[in-house]
Amino acid sequence: MARIDVNHIRHSYLPNPQKDADFALKEVHHTFEDGGAYALLGPSGCGKTTLLNIISGLLHPSHGQLLFNGKDVTRLSTQERNIAQVFQFPVIYDTMTVYDNLAFPLRNRGVPEADVDRKVRETLDMIDLAELAKKKARGLTADQKQKISLGRGLVRSDVNAILFDEPLTVIDPHMKWVLRSQLKQLHRRFGYTMVYVTHDQTEALTFADRVVVMYDGEIVQIGTPAELFERPRHTFVGYFIGSPGMNVMPVAIDGKTATIGSQRIELPGVPKTVTGNTGAGAIELGIRPEYVRLGRDGMAVKISKVEDVGRHKVVRANLEGREIAAVIGEDEDVPADPKVRFDPVGINIYADSWRVEMGA
Amino acid sequence: MEKTWNNKAWFMVLPVLLLVAFSAVIPLMTVVNYSVQDTFGNNVFFWNGSDWYTEILGSDRFWLSMVRNLIFSAIILVIEIPLGIFIALNMPKKGWGVPVCLVLMALPLLIPWNVVGTIWQVFGRIDIGLLGYTLSALGIDYNYVNDPTDAWVTVILMDVWHWTSLVVLLCYAGLVSIPDAYYQAAKIDGASRWAIFRYIQLPKMNRVLLIAVLLRFMDSFMIYTEPFVVTGGGPGNSTTFMSIDLVKIAVGQFDLGPAAAMSIIYFLIVLLLSWVFYTVMTTVDAEG
Repeated sequence: MARIDVNHIRHSYLPNPQKDADFALKEVHHTFEDGGAYALLGPSGCGKTTLLNIISGLLHPSHGQLLFNGKDVTRLSTQERNIAQVFQFPVIYDTMTVYDNLAFPLRNRGVPEADVDRKVRETLDMIDLAELAKKKARGLTADQKQKISLGRGLVRSDVNAILFDEPLTVIDPHMKWVLRSQLKQLHRRFGYTMVYVTHDQTEALTFADRVVVMYDGEIVQIGTPAELFERPRHTFVGYFIGSPGMNVMPVAIDGKTATIGSQRIELPGVPKTVTGNTGAGAIELGIRPEYVRLGRDGMAVKISKVEDVGRHKVVRANLEGREIAAVIGEDEDVPADPKVRFDPVGINIYADSWRVEMGA
Repeated sequence: MEKTWNNKAWFMVLPVLLLVAFSAVIPLMTVVNYSVQDTFGNNVFFWNGSDWYTEILGSDRFWLSMVRNLIFSAIILVIEIPLGIFIALNMPKKGWGVPVCLVLMALPLLIPWNVVGTIWQVFGRIDIGLLGYTLSALGIDYNYVNDPTDAWVTVILMDVWHWTSLVVLLCYAGLVSIPDAYYQAAKIDGASRWAIFRYIQLPKMNRVLLIAVLLRFMDSFMIYTEPFVVTGGGPGNSTTFMSIDLVKIAVGQFDLGPAAAMSIIYFLIVLLLSWVFYTVMTTVDAEG
């Protein structure tokens, strides 16, 4: 196991990158602590797989340095880095049995056959394929095949890190849940450093201790699931995490007051750097639907629709010409003359899409 | 599941049946017709039963040319299949090299058989041919007109030059269809170059290899034009393959009965051997 330092890494797939837009990874600087379970979360094309492949050595970065436990491995090959990686689509060696598939990475490294046998049997039990050990891998179903891929990632105990590239995409929802909890258990038991790429927020939030949110080739926020929810550092994190995403609306700020159209909203504090600074670009107020209180007092809204999603209701409404969403309890009713209030705890202020701290 | 019978379906396949009948079955039947009768011209036929078959199967000449054919096909497969795989593995997978290689590979396949024969016939001549002249100048005793071994070497080289490309192109098609993830996983698993070939590339090429082996076997077993142009079946009878022999009997000696019987036997042998290849390779495929 190892601590992984990603040291100012930039990567472009073009031979001569000039502009920022030429880079698939703009600049990533981050440390994955030894034994941590990380999720790389972001939409398709944000550079998460690029970053993962740079860590595993399938790609060599255009700029920057990669350190494993302080040792520079930037130019080392995948084999020399001793990394396990599981891919989005199952990769199996068709002509081998399930057992031989799992033994393959060990045998390639000249592990004695007795150890191979012990490790493979352990892993087979872990992924619950023990009774298929002697079968040819090609006849299996997609999720069994993906379990073999997972197994090949887990069979070596001496790896520096295990990387997962959206490994559960092809697996059906129930099995997903089971496998994810197994991975989590394995992590607790063996303390592997795990990096898990996904674009599914539930997957990221349930798997990881710390979630790394990426957007457009950059890391926009790193935090625990709660931090990402309460204090999104970037409006993108607000949109991307939570269902429905955060309400974001342009406001004018004056001291402790924000103005939307004719409405005035009391802020919990004075946003730093915003007051009196007109050059800061677009100022926006973000509030999660969970903190929008629907009731008989506050700002008048027009309700456009109410979606009952089972555990709660999502109310879509119009405030001063802007769409906003609010979450109310399953048993609550929408009042006849609806008004909304923003809970100050849930208010965040953004300048140029980045969150600004609030002063007293 | 309940099977539904609908006799109208027969009408749907009728056009294809007619087409196949005209293109294959009817010509084949005329050959069968010749093979069981004797004629002295004027469209007068005498029933002959299996006499021609007995005659052909009892003649050394037939068996010798068949053995030559088998040896030739075996050598062709042993050289062209591994060589084709080797070249395909070393062809570029992207960039400007791809079209260049593909065109170069396709060139021999585009040349008509008799032209290929003529090219090599001239190429190997010791008085004016580049190959023959160079070898002679180097003091190597090479003469495909007089020496049976040299004749064989020339015919085999010619076939390798002409047809290895087919194996290359088929294998290449199989190789480029392998997703990148397989190679990435192999790197992660620490697989050696040989292991990548053995466990990823070869299994993925399985199907195209089956086609390549079948095509190359059938084609080489039926080879006619090129050796006919280069050696005319000689020296002696050393490169007289079954098809060349067949033409000698049918056109040279005008023995239509024995020639027809030989054609039928020839056809059945190709059919049988192709079936054996197919069965063996698909069984291995299913198990392997």
